[in-house]
Amino acid sequence: MSARAPSRTDALLAAADDELILGWRDSEWTGIAPSLEEDVAFSSIAQNEIGHARALYELAARETGGDADALAFDRRPADYCCCPLVELRRLDWADTIARHWLYETADAVRIEALAASDWPELAGLARKIQREEAYHRLHADMWVDRLAGGEERARLGGALESTWLYALGVLDGQLRERFRERVAARLPWFEAAGEPGVEHTRGTHTAELEPLWDEMTMVRRSVPGAQW
Amino acid sequence: MIWEVFRQEREGAAFAHAGSLEAADEAFARAYAHELYGRRNESRALWLVPRAEVRTVDEFVDEFERNYRRVDGYSLKSRLREARERAGTQPD
Repeated sequence: MSARAPSRTDALLAAADDELILGWRDSEWTGIAPSLEEDVAFSSIAQNEIGHARALYELAARETGGDADALAFDRRPADYCCCPLVELRRLDWADTIARHWLYETADAVRIEALAASDWPELAGLARKIQREEAYHRLHADMWVDRLAGGEERARLGGALESTWLYALGVLDGQLRERFRERVAARLPWFEAAGEPGVEHTRGTHTAELEPLWDEMTMVRRSVPGAQW
Repeated sequence: MIWEVFRQEREGAAFAHAGSLEAADEAFARAYAHELYGRRNESRALWLVPRAEVRTVDEFVDEFERNYRRVDGYSLKSRLREARERAGTQPD
């Protein structure tokens, strides 16, 4: 992307890229989730996230030109606007649940803000996404409640701790503080303190994005312009 | 814990057994049923029943072959044909 002034598509692309990359990461559990039921549920959530990304890209493409696929697959890794949290490769289920729950909690705050946008198409799309995200939050909440209520709490706590600063990097300003309050309200035993560093905050990328991008865009790059 | 899932396709339709799932508690059962039996908009509502709450009746003694109680114990086809012949009508 060329350098330009901040536009109303920036927040849109940030949300779209988050959903695409997290959808990709979550789909890495397909086939190996802790149970068959969880496998279907988590894969379905991953698919939903990618569906949200597509709808957001389509709206963004109406502003910037091009199409949703070009936005999703034709940019260089450095041009994506996703936050470091969604890029992390999480191969442990407790880590995945910690990230999933923190992301859904932050995403709820963001979607509420987008639903109040004075851009009517974006507000309408945000409300549609909200209705589906309600199930993701339900799923994330039930896992966190279950793990927090038993002897697994220490393991969940460790996972939350290693993910927490990245989670703070999803949002900024008022929205970040609103997110922090929700975490504290739901998990009073977790110390929701601290400030994210540059490496945790949107605007930088982790080393884990590039291999993901490589895999994600491989087919697209192999036959440029192919129709599927 | 095993849960039996019943699925309603349309408003007013009878719930039919859809399958079962394993879930740690009711919250998990609800979430999993939602995804396993509802993510394609194929259900209007689901019933979740813990398998332990299902009572089974599976003894059906029929020592005296009371076949008149069964639909196949009474042949309607030949009687219908005879009646039609008497009335001089043919089936549509």
